[in-house]
Amino acid sequence: MLEDLFKVVKARFNDETAGKSEDSGENVSIPKDLLFKCPRCGTVAYMEDFEKNRRVCAACNYHARLKWQDRLNMTADADSFTEFDAGMIGKNPINFPDYEKKIREMQQKCETKEAVVTGECHIHGYRCCIGIMDSNFMMASMGSVVGEKITRLFEYATANKLPVILFTASGGARMQEGIVSLMQMAKTSGAIARHSQAGQLYITVLTDPTTGGVNASFASLGDIIIAEPKVLVGFAGRRVIQDTIKQQLPDDFQTAEFMLENGFADMIVERTMMRRTLARIMKLHNYEKEKPTAQAQK
Amino acid sequence: MNKLTATERLALIRQKNRPTVSDYIPVIFNNFLELHGDRHFGDDHAIIGGIATLNSIPVTILAQVKGRNIEENKRTNFSMPHPEGYRKALRLAKEAEKFHRPVICLVDTPGAFCGIEAEKRGQGEAIARNLMEFMTLRTPVVSVVLGEGGSGGALALAVCDELAMLENALYSVISPRGFASILWKDPGREKEACELMKITAEDLLGFGVCDKIISEAAGGAQNDMKLTASNIGEYLSEAISRISKTDIDIMLENRYNKFRKIGMFEEQP
Repeated sequence: MLEDLFKVVKARFNDETAGKSEDSGENVSIPKDLLFKCPRCGTVAYMEDFEKNRRVCAACNYHARLKWQDRLNMTADADSFTEFDAGMIGKNPINFPDYEKKIREMQQKCETKEAVVTGECHIHGYRCCIGIMDSNFMMASMGSVVGEKITRLFEYATANKLPVILFTASGGARMQEGIVSLMQMAKTSGAIARHSQAGQLYITVLTDPTTGGVNASFASLGDIIIAEPKVLVGFAGRRVIQDTIKQQLPDDFQTAEFMLENGFADMIVERTMMRRTLARIMKLHNYEKEKPTAQAQK
Repeated sequence: MNKLTATERLALIRQKNRPTVSDYIPVIFNNFLELHGDRHFGDDHAIIGGIATLNSIPVTILAQVKGRNIEENKRTNFSMPHPEGYRKALRLAKEAEKFHRPVICLVDTPGAFCGIEAEKRGQGEAIARNLMEFMTLRTPVVSVVLGEGGSGGALALAVCDELAMLENALYSVISPRGFASILWKDPGREKEACELMKITAEDLLGFGVCDKIISEAAGGAQNDMKLTASNIGEYLSEAISRISKTDIDIMLENRYNKFRKIGMFEEQP
């Protein structure tokens, strides 16, 4: 098992195709539902194969974005999930034009009321609190609801002595909510501080993309920080940096591998290994298995 | 005096003659002893830190430094800190905690610096760490926004028991230009964004983000720096002495709740 864990920490700079951004070879139009074109290496695959491969690019191992439902199914033991605060919806603190309308559209598209789904579940029999951000919902930006749900999740976990696992994905603070969104960074960090002081474990799983205000708050505060291969992780947007410093950025800039190399992630873990890695970490932190392992899902 | 619009205030606080911490610190405090470095990487001149006395009481000062001219701005990176700046601030805040000394943060930044080196050294982690650690810092923390309070780069020095803003200061999730650029793909709509975003001291009082507005001299702080400094000093003395009287655990509960309650949502069945 140990070897398995290390095998996934891939050699990071020998992959010549890595890091090509979305704008390379964009002139070929691709039927969206039939084919998947990898934003990292440009390889085109049949959507069916790509989905079967858990939405991982077979050519470069880029771990593409997941809907929250798929992430949950891949992660939690079957039928073990109880959702928290499912009915929470945001208001419009600065009266940003058409914000409510946008939210309603997203709610229909993503089958959730906001950009994070929280609750509790078992993973290989270990009971834990879980939060899954869905980048399909307004790039999983953090407004009042995301901040409140994550804060409540940590408060619940503190009260019930449970570990928390967050799958982070976000473009950052939700601009449409103005200063209120910025304050969610402090609010969530405060709840994590209390959970931490109570001696409980927090595991962050960085998924594509984890940037901006989420990177600068709860995504960087895990006791253990895991990243999926090839995902984008960073504070400032690539374009903003390019405009500021007027030079080309290295291909691996702000990837999971870049974070590992610079000391800001503990490990890179592939999707196929995620469940058992999370369970193993919980075990090593002396949490006890409550239920027999559900072998139905791997 | 008529209140200025957000756009007028933005122009005012970006004026070259707007007083900076370099002007205020010698007037408000005595015996400032600057302390350098984050003990890991280096010393960031965008944030200065040190110990001084305020009415004979020792306090730790953490301040973002706008330059008053090109030379100063080169040195202070236009007040855009790197990760080591935030780590220096945290180191000094921890030192203050150890000696039960109040911490005063003076916020004045367009934002944390965006660059390759800043990313390599974990700009996001540095800010996040400050948010978490300041929330449980067992000594009073008071922050004052002097001019620009730009995004996470400002928030990293603004997790506090009480936040005050100078009358014309602004505090926002992103610069108005960035807001227009991201949401409307048109940075030219900066002024419109500025008015829409609700970023003035009065707006933030309404959101519960700001607790106190400090008056500037008529027409702006630049017209009478000493008067403005004296208003800041008066507020800080009062706030520090009041907060210091609170039991520390209650103070931390209040600090947590100050941020805990911010958010606008409703719950449906």
